[in-house]
Amino acid sequence: MRHDVAKPQLSRFHAGVTQGRAYNRGMDTIAKLCQARRVFSAVLLFALITAGSAARAQETGAPKVPNTLQQRIASCTGCHGVHGEGTPESGFFPRLAGKPAGYLARQLKDFQDGLRKYGPMEYTVRHLSPEYMHEIADYFAAQEVPYARSPLPRVSPEALKRGEELATKGDPSREVPACIACHGTELTGVQPNVPGLVGLPYDYLSSQLGSWRTKTRATVAPDCMAEIANRLSASDISAVSAWLAGRELPSDMHAQPAGTITPPLHCGVLGATGDGA
Amino acid sequence: MKTLRRVVIVVVLLGIALGAWLFLRNSGTPPVSREASKIDAASLKDPVLIAKGQYLTTVGDCAACHTAQGGARFAGGRVVGTPFGDIPAPNLTPDRETGLGDWSFEAFWQALHAGIGRKGELLYPAFSYTSYTKVSHDDALAIFAYLQSLAPVHQTSKPLGLEFPYNVRNSLKAWRALYFKEGEYQADPAKSAAWNRGAYLVQGLGHCNECHIARDSLGGMRGDQALSGGQIPVQNWYAPDLSTQANGGLEGWAGQDIVDLLKTGQSAKGTAFGPMAEVVAQSTQHMTDDDLQAIATYLQSLPARPQVAFEKSPLDTTSMVNQGAKIYGERCADCHGKDGNGVAGVYPPLNGNSSVNEPTGINAIRVVLLGGFPPVTKGNPRPYSMPPFAQQLSDSDVAAAVTYIRQAWGNKAALVQERDVIKYRQTPVD
Repeated sequence: MRHDVAKPQLSRFHAGVTQGRAYNRGMDTIAKLCQARRVFSAVLLFALITAGSAARAQETGAPKVPNTLQQRIASCTGCHGVHGEGTPESGFFPRLAGKPAGYLARQLKDFQDGLRKYGPMEYTVRHLSPEYMHEIADYFAAQEVPYARSPLPRVSPEALKRGEELATKGDPSREVPACIACHGTELTGVQPNVPGLVGLPYDYLSSQLGSWRTKTRATVAPDCMAEIANRLSASDISAVSAWLAGRELPSDMHAQPAGTITPPLHCGVLGATGDGA
Repeated sequence: MKTLRRVVIVVVLLGIALGAWLFLRNSGTPPVSREASKIDAASLKDPVLIAKGQYLTTVGDCAACHTAQGGARFAGGRVVGTPFGDIPAPNLTPDRETGLGDWSFEAFWQALHAGIGRKGELLYPAFSYTSYTKVSHDDALAIFAYLQSLAPVHQTSKPLGLEFPYNVRNSLKAWRALYFKEGEYQADPAKSAAWNRGAYLVQGLGHCNECHIARDSLGGMRGDQALSGGQIPVQNWYAPDLSTQANGGLEGWAGQDIVDLLKTGQSAKGTAFGPMAEVVAQSTQHMTDDDLQAIATYLQSLPARPQVAFEKSPLDTTSMVNQGAKIYGERCADCHGKDGNGVAGVYPPLNGNSSVNEPTGINAIRVVLLGGFPPVTKGNPRPYSMPPFAQQLSDSDVAAAVTYIRQAWGNKAALVQERDVIKYRQTPVD
């Protein structure tokens, strides 16, 4: 996390001095060659002013801070990583990189409104404006980070088969639609509001499905994922999470374009058109 | 004789019971109904009055308590936690059944000014009538007109979460006798208009004292300790001393620093976070420059209280402070500077920061654990933030870093221990 913060002033000062000396020597030669005293004096004056201000800057000791969004959102990147890579080895801090921007902005709003419950996130986003939340969402949505594989639980071949069935066909007897019906044919998500399901850790996937059932994750009504999660049995949650987490990653992990799905349920997060476009 | 003695005992007991009843019975009489109100209903629809009321409602930050997380504004539902139980804020929208739709202005005034409800019941001082009593009649009328102009929201208030004896409203009679002084703000003619305006806002509608004071075991506030700082009950943040006191007060703050903090959430002396971030975001950033200057004028006139001598701990803290210095160099100095002076307009200074030097150490512990964003304001729409260290630093590391910060440079505050960090590890959300 320390990699994303500014280097201390001290090293910048040293760098400045070294560069200044080299620059001076070079210009000195040019001045001799050209016999242009005025140029030399101007360069000397410039060097003195630069050295002077560098020395003053060192006296204040103030670190130099890049004026970037990345620098501003240290509160986010401290846990989720500078590029939103998350912690795939543990699944504890979710990956944000490359998730659709509308989805990410919605999650921030849901934490702000207390629909999605997690103290540290609720505290962090409490006073952010909609504009700032969208800017932050856009930043993480635009990050291109290779997908890392996460540890898989030991599950039986039957469970994996059940997981695949739920993901690709659903279970009509329980009125559970297939994951691909909303999350895209390759399960990489759909712009701008539907997240991908592949490339995510088992622990993350299963805990999200669980949290819809325990009402610690909710969203604007109708909350169709809450309905679906409640139609699944506990073993179904393990099965589908394990199959998704273990699935071979498609070569293109980007979410498919907006308007390419017809959701089987009316979902509040997808807005009036129902497909989120 | 025996009979006489019995009669005397009975009479004495009856006398005590009568006295207790006289003392504890409702002091309030129900105010007039909406129909019988002396305020002409049409006059409440005056757009100028409503606009004034909207501004004053923002100054008073009424929405902060009277809006649930993610809920409709002013429709109530946020629970104010107190050491005596939970007190949910009621619905202020003009819904006839669940809000103020059936209230007369007289009833509203009695609640705001005297802390007495529409049925004559004594109100719990979680509703800060201890401060609002200073609000002028005209301002209260404007606030009422604004609240009545809102779209009604049908939302029933949650029940009180108080247990015996605190659920006996009449026990408040005794509390009020000890801690509540009814009365509008009286201007001090010896002081400037700006000073008086500042004092009126700080003591009254701004209700700054409700957090920035130490409360006793009954939740009462002593008048002579006004604005001298205190731990906010249940929320457990420390609201610093607002006088010009050194080490934890506003010593060295220019009037402009106070204005900057209230207007943008940031100043050259410190940044608003925790509950104050909410106050800035929702209330003070919307105040006029004149009102902010007035507040600064008043606060700067508060005399520094006698400074408490800094007692060096009898424990040998050398290794702890060395560990803290190492952590500071690795984790904190990149932003806050080796000299603890921060970066102007970006990262707050820790050297001389009132929240670093406050007596308990809670604020520094919590900020290290939680990190976070300063409030988003018009003056600072994309604030720089701080990473949370809760997942990265152990309790003893946090204690060491905070102790180092509280004793480095010009800071002179007491050490904090591992057990203090453990106590404040949970995230305060509401």
